[in-house]
Formats: sequence, C-alpha cells, structure tokens
Amino acid sequence: MSAVLTDMPKTDMSKSVAPATTKAIAPSKGGRPWTFYVLATLFSLYVLALYGPMFCIYILSFQDIRGGLVFPMKGQSLHWFVDLFTQVRTGDVKGSFDRSIKLAVIVTIITVVVSFLAGLGFRKRFRGDTAVFYMMIGSLVAPGLVLGLGTGLLFQALGLNASWYTSALGAQLSWTLPFGVLVMFAVMSRFDHVWEEAAYDLGAGRWQSIRLVMIPVLAPGLVAVVLFGFTLSYDEFARSLQTAGSLNTLPLEIWSMTLNVTSPSLYALGTVTTVISFIVIGASLGSIVLIQKKRGSSAKG
Amino acid sequence: MQPSPAQTPPRANLAGWLYVSPLVLVLVPFFVAPILVVLLASFFATDGFGGLTPGFTLASYVEVLHSALTLKLYLATIKFTVLTWIFTLVIGFFVAYFLVFHVRSQLLAIGLFLLCTVPFWTSNIIRMISWIPLLGKEGLINQALLGLGVIRAPLEVLLFSDLAVVIAYVHQLTIFMIVPIFNSMARIDKKLIEAAIDAGASRFDIMRLIVVPMSKSGIALGTIFVVSIVMGDFFVVKVMSGGGSASVVSAFYEDVGVLQYPTAAASAVLLTLVLVAVVSLILRTVDIRQEIAR
Repeated sequence: MSAVLTDMPKTDMSKSVAPATTKAIAPSKGGRPWTFYVLATLFSLYVLALYGPMFCIYILSFQDIRGGLVFPMKGQSLHWFVDLFTQVRTGDVKGSFDRSIKLAVIVTIITVVVSFLAGLGFRKRFRGDTAVFYMMIGSLVAPGLVLGLGTGLLFQALGLNASWYTSALGAQLSWTLPFGVLVMFAVMSRFDHVWEEAAYDLGAGRWQSIRLVMIPVLAPGLVAVVLFGFTLSYDEFARSLQTAGSLNTLPLEIWSMTLNVTSPSLYALGTVTTVISFIVIGASLGSIVLIQKKRGSSAKG
Repeated sequence: MQPSPAQTPPRANLAGWLYVSPLVLVLVPFFVAPILVVLLASFFATDGFGGLTPGFTLASYVEVLHSALTLKLYLATIKFTVLTWIFTLVIGFFVAYFLVFHVRSQLLAIGLFLLCTVPFWTSNIIRMISWIPLLGKEGLINQALLGLGVIRAPLEVLLFSDLAVVIAYVHQLTIFMIVPIFNSMARIDKKLIEAAIDAGASRFDIMRLIVVPMSKSGIALGTIFVVSIVMGDFFVVKVMSGGGSASVVSAFYEDVGVLQYPTAAASAVLLTLVLVAVVSLILRTVDIRQEIAR
C-alpha cells in the first residue's frame, strides 16, 4: 500500500534536493522550503473544494421565485425557505425535522452514557474484550443498508412495528456507539491513573471517583462524544432507510426530495439543516475551549 | 462492587463485562442479530411478494453467482473503491503532512485540522447534491470553461457520470484519511527527523524511511474506513451517476425495492465476506486497538 506513496515523489525530490541545501524538511524558523508552498497550495485547494460547493448551494437557496438549480443567481428572497415549510409537494419537512432532532437527542444521551461506561471497561484487559472490540469495529464498517434491512426484517419477524424511536434508534446507535467508544479510547489514553488512585487513597468509593474525578477531568472528551452522537444521528441515512417505518427522518426526507424536487427548496433545506449542524458543532467546540480555558485560569490562580 | 485497586483477575473480568454490558446489549440486537437475519434470509425461498418461506436453499447464491451482472457490479465497485482510495490517500497524506510538519504554530495546526473536520459533522447528502450547481451541464465549471473558450459545447461527463461519483466520494471521505494519518504523524518525534537530517538524509529519505513507515497505522485505519464506506455505499453511486452506474449495494437496494429479499441477502452476505477479507488483510499489518489506545 505504501508503494503508491513512495513512488510518487521519487522523480523530482531526489534530484533537486542536494543534502547541503536542506537543513531541515520544515525548519522551525527562517525561510520556508519549497515544499511548504506546494503543500500549502494543495491544502488551500482542498479546503476550497471542501467548502466551495456547500457555499454555492447556501447562496443559491436565497434566490427568488424565478430561481433555478444553477448559477447565475436570480434575485434574492427567502421564497424557497417559506416554500419548504408551507408547500405540500415538498413533503413533511416540519414533522421529519422535529423527529430528527428528538431522535438525535435520545441517541446522544444513550451514546454518551454507554460510551463512557465502555471506555471505563476497556481500560483494563478482561476475558473476551477483543471479541467485544471487534464486534464494535464490525458494527462500524458493516454496510449500513444491509444492517438496516436486517433490523427491518428482524422487527418484521418478531411482529414489531418499525418506527423511528425503536428500530431506527437501535440502528443509529449501532453507528454512533462505535464512534463514541473510539473517542473515549483516545480520551482515556490521556487520563492519568494517578488521579483515580489518589481519590481511592482519600477514601472515595468507585462511584465517587467517577463522579468527582473522572467526569470533570474527562469533560472535554465527553463533549466530543456528544458532538459525534448528535451529528452522526441527525445526518444518518443508510441505516434509517429500512428501519424508520412510515414516518421519515430529515435525511430520508432530503433523499426523497433529491429524487423528486427540482427547485431551490432542496437547497433551502440543505441550508437549514447545515445551520443546525453548525450550531451544534460550534456549541460543542466552544464549550471544549471554554472548559480548557477555565481549567487553565483556575490552575494558575 | 467496592473498589480494590489490586483486583484479582476474575473480579477484573466481571467489572470489565459490567462496564461494557450496555454496549453489548445494543450491539447484539442491532448488529449481530440483523447480520444473522440477513444470513438466514439468504437461505430462504421467496414467494416474490416479500414473503419469506423458511427453509434451506442455495438458490439465491446460485442465482447471484451465476449472473453476469454480479461480476460487472463487483468490477464497478472495485473500480470506484480503488480510485477513491488512491485519491483520498494521496490528498489525505499530504494534507496531514502539511499540518504536522509545516504549520509552525500548534494552535493554528489544530484550527486548520478542525477546519478540515467540520464538514464531516454535516449532512453527506447535502454535501453531495452541492456538486450539482458546479458540475451540471449549465454549472459553474462548464460556464467557466465555455467563457474561457477552452471548450465549445458544455461537457456532459462532469455530472451524472463515474467521474462525478469519484469526485463525491473523494470529497466525502478524504477526512477519514486525514484524521488517522494526522494522529500517527503527530506522534513522530521531531528529534528523530532532525537526527536524520544531521546524518545527511535527504527529504525523500526522511519521507521513505521515517514518515511513511511511522504513519502506517494511520494509513491502515484510514484505508479501512474508506474501503468499507465505498464498498457499502449506494446513494452516492445512485445520485451522482444519475442511474447510469451501479455498485453491489445499489443493486442490493434495487432488489430490496422489488422485495427480492433472498437474492439481496445472498449478495449482501457475499459482499460482507469480501469486506471482512479486505479488512482482516489490512488488520494483519497493524494492531488498531493498540494504536487507538496509545
């Protein structure tokens, strides 16, 4: 696999770079090597390609009634946002929006609690831990549509009705939990066991040491789990498709719109849902920074 | 369950299982059971209207394996997977390399890293359809190329084609390469590189002998993500190819749509086997659990 990488720079790099001229591949001060400029360009292009298309549809969603799916912009108005929530032909946007938010909140709460506990469990080896770990990885990489179909058929066989708060909830958890636990792995690896031992030495019980020592210390990591839990559930599509029952979640609504609706309503919905995502991302990252800052100042004062 | 820092192994086992039991209680009914249901369904017969007759028949497998379509679907899926893997790997590797080794302020590096990850937390579908105003027949790229006089008629291969599918995949999945590669690169001790420079290593030697080998675990993790997502995807193929291309899972989706559950299940089982083989091949090169916990 590394063949692709090692072959690539071979031609130009080995010739043009004489040992005498390179003092460092990336010196910490002084002039930048030429590779900096090449890679900085690559990085900028990547970020541009990452955000450019998204911003195109945000801009296009603010057209007036003459608006189409492509540039140039035709007028400016909020017509398509109003259209989104009032027109019948665009489907039940409001209802699905409501369901998606509720579902995401439930998924987030369960993900945080379960991931935290699993993170605690995986700190020490126990018999069968590898099996649990690979079950989790399997759940992460399994094709979502296949899992969704299996869950749907399972509910059918058991005589249960598929709905967003039962089968889709479980199907989404099979997607968010592995992410949550992996984040906890990363967070736990930076947790110093000395703090926990100190709590025990001072007479704390297991629950007290978790509540008074671990949760406050791990708070930023737990916020990260919230971020993953909420956004992954809110945007989840493949696993919900066969499990949501008769009432759609928002991504399913968007999916059916991509197939039927050819007006900027689709873009307006994209703008609305991205705004929600950005609020959640901003709030999460903001509170992580805030916690760290508070910690820094209380450590000093 | 009183704490005792020096736990005996049986108690450690019990405590470990108690902590992971909620996780297991979710994964068994919503991951293990559905997989078993699909496996079971692949051996069932169907009445053609979505009803399943319990039994044991290999008819669905025979049908899937004998159809010329299967080979075509797998070839298409492999083509998309390999192309996406190469592009995400090259872009992801160099973006991570830039952030780790070229950005001097650590705070700025983290900020730029977050800039790359933010879209991951937004809707995939929206990010995919956002290519329409750019790649379409009257899209920005065609308008620009026409305006510059590079082309005379709008290019139609940009949207609803295999090219569009690969663009959408690379757009969505490069992040899965950047994050793990960034993590493993960030752990490389800069002193090691300085020592190599002092010993007269060229830029290429450092890349070949230090950076690439030490980022291997990140590359492996990223590869698992990208390969499993592309192989398990159907909606990018469906939307971005405009129905012109199909992959294994998009055919599966069509089968489910017409209630051909056993055929769909058999094809899903085959795909899962292929995926497991690919992933375990990658896992042989790296112990991910140790890598993540490090």
